[in-house]
Amino acid sequence: MLTYLARRLLAVVPVLFGVTLAVFSMLFLVPGDPVKMMLAEFVTTPDQIAQMRAQLHLDEPILKQYGRFVANAVRGDLGTSIRSRRAVSTEIGENVGSTAQLAVASMAVAVAIGVPLGLLAALFRSSWFDAGSMIVALLGVSMPSFWLGLLMIVTFSLHLGWFPATGGGDLHHLVLPAVTLGMIASAIIARLTRSSMLEVLGQDYVRTARAKGLAWWGVVVRHALKNALIPIITIFGLQFGNLLAGAVIVETVFSRPGLGRLIVGGILAKDFPLVQGTVLFVATAYVLINVLVDIAYAFVDPRIRFG
Amino acid sequence: MPSSILESGSGSRPGALRRLTRHRGALLGLVILAALALMALAAPWLSPRDPIKTSPREALQAPGPRFLLGSDQFGRDVASRALHGARISLTVGLIAVAIAVALGTPVGLLSGYYGGRVDGFVMRVVDVLLAFPGILLALAIVSVLSPGLNNVMIAVGLAAVPNYARLVRASVLTAREQLYVEAARALGSRDLGIVARYILPNVVAPLIVTATLGLGTAILSAAALSFLGLGSQPPQPEWGRMLSEGRDYLREAWWISTVPGVGIMLTVLAMNLVGDGLRDVLDPRLKI
Repeated sequence: MLTYLARRLLAVVPVLFGVTLAVFSMLFLVPGDPVKMMLAEFVTTPDQIAQMRAQLHLDEPILKQYGRFVANAVRGDLGTSIRSRRAVSTEIGENVGSTAQLAVASMAVAVAIGVPLGLLAALFRSSWFDAGSMIVALLGVSMPSFWLGLLMIVTFSLHLGWFPATGGGDLHHLVLPAVTLGMIASAIIARLTRSSMLEVLGQDYVRTARAKGLAWWGVVVRHALKNALIPIITIFGLQFGNLLAGAVIVETVFSRPGLGRLIVGGILAKDFPLVQGTVLFVATAYVLINVLVDIAYAFVDPRIRFG
Repeated sequence: MPSSILESGSGSRPGALRRLTRHRGALLGLVILAALALMALAAPWLSPRDPIKTSPREALQAPGPRFLLGSDQFGRDVASRALHGARISLTVGLIAVAIAVALGTPVGLLSGYYGGRVDGFVMRVVDVLLAFPGILLALAIVSVLSPGLNNVMIAVGLAAVPNYARLVRASVLTAREQLYVEAARALGSRDLGIVARYILPNVVAPLIVTATLGLGTAILSAAALSFLGLGSQPPQPEWGRMLSEGRDYLREAWWISTVPGVGIMLTVLAMNLVGDGLRDVLDPRLKI
């Protein structure tokens, strides 16, 4: 197990190195002068442009710049926002909690809806329930999160007055955004759970367990679901990343503070250090979450750690 | 050879087109798509009014005989804007997927066929790009290119390149081990000829399935970026933008957001139905 852990953790290093290189290169891929682009809305003197260039260390050799970027990032220094003049890490620190809360709550909603829906659809294959739940899942996959969010606001906030439409902070503000994001992810989880269960239910060991006279639900829970969970856990990691990215949109719909709004605000304000720092943070978090998921299913399935 | 995959009654997968039209979901998707494509093409003639022209005195009119699907806060006809929006959304989706396929396919072919260091390098780059979840890579690209509809198309397309490269590479890895490829190599065929004649046809089926499903995703992503204010700019009638513009009028004019919302959902649903059907017919191994 330790060998597997070490191997999996080591594999992350080149990916993270590549991620820093990609994010660092963003500034150099800007058509034209990035400093002039960032300061386009302001009346600037050549001195101010030179000052900004010095602040971003753009006058130094490119390798030195990259070295500084990585060394600073490792220390948690992601630069300074051009608009707010505050450290990007401080801005991220103030917003990460809200996004993490939203992603975890949405995942809970997605699992609570998706797994039972997919499980029942597989168990009652070819029934009206199977067809109905898969149609709902297909609609869910096709639904734009920003429209679902607006429908939630109209129904549960404007008409029924149950939950606040916008803002963040307490649990009350979390419900609508989490349900919006979670419902869309639940559609994907339901489809995967169904197909994964169908595959396992056709296996010999399930037939043997039934033939031995074991109770139907016992076979489903102890033999089938346990094995069907492995691909489902895999999709958790991917879905968690999608939820982090989906938060970008849902946070805007519900005017909720978070990393998504930070990135969008940064792009609109041409605040490059803020965008770079936040993108780097989210991508790194996504990579690390996937490593944790890999390790989690090595625990669930011994074939993976010894394979 | 799967080069004729859609030709009825020929090749190794006979009757694929016939089976597709017998697939109820795919048929429904095709009908919806055909209707949407027709509306998009005929938008200039079908639209009752100019989609951009404002008429403040007729603002926020409910759906009725004068405005079939109501008017927005500037008195613009929502139906006309939605029709032109279909045009923009379908075009954006098609171009984005075309960019992804055009760049991802050769990269995947090269990587899978030659293997070794080329493959190692390409796959590491793909791994890095896949480390940016969902729409984040498209957001990062838009931040580099600056907001705008054309840049959103490019960003959504470029962000999908790693997925296509990986998919094509996987198909090539299977195909290049086939006996007929070895035979072609033994007979002295050139690499380019082998790839074009024997490898590429094997890639087409999964590529068509993924591109069809990817079209829906591309339309969703582009609409999302426009909703965030990073894509189409006013007064362009783009569905994501229209949804965003209707946000402040949810209580008194629900139709401003609902019409483009239904438009996006129907389009993506149709793509998913056709994509699922194509997968069942062409490449059942990919089924989830």
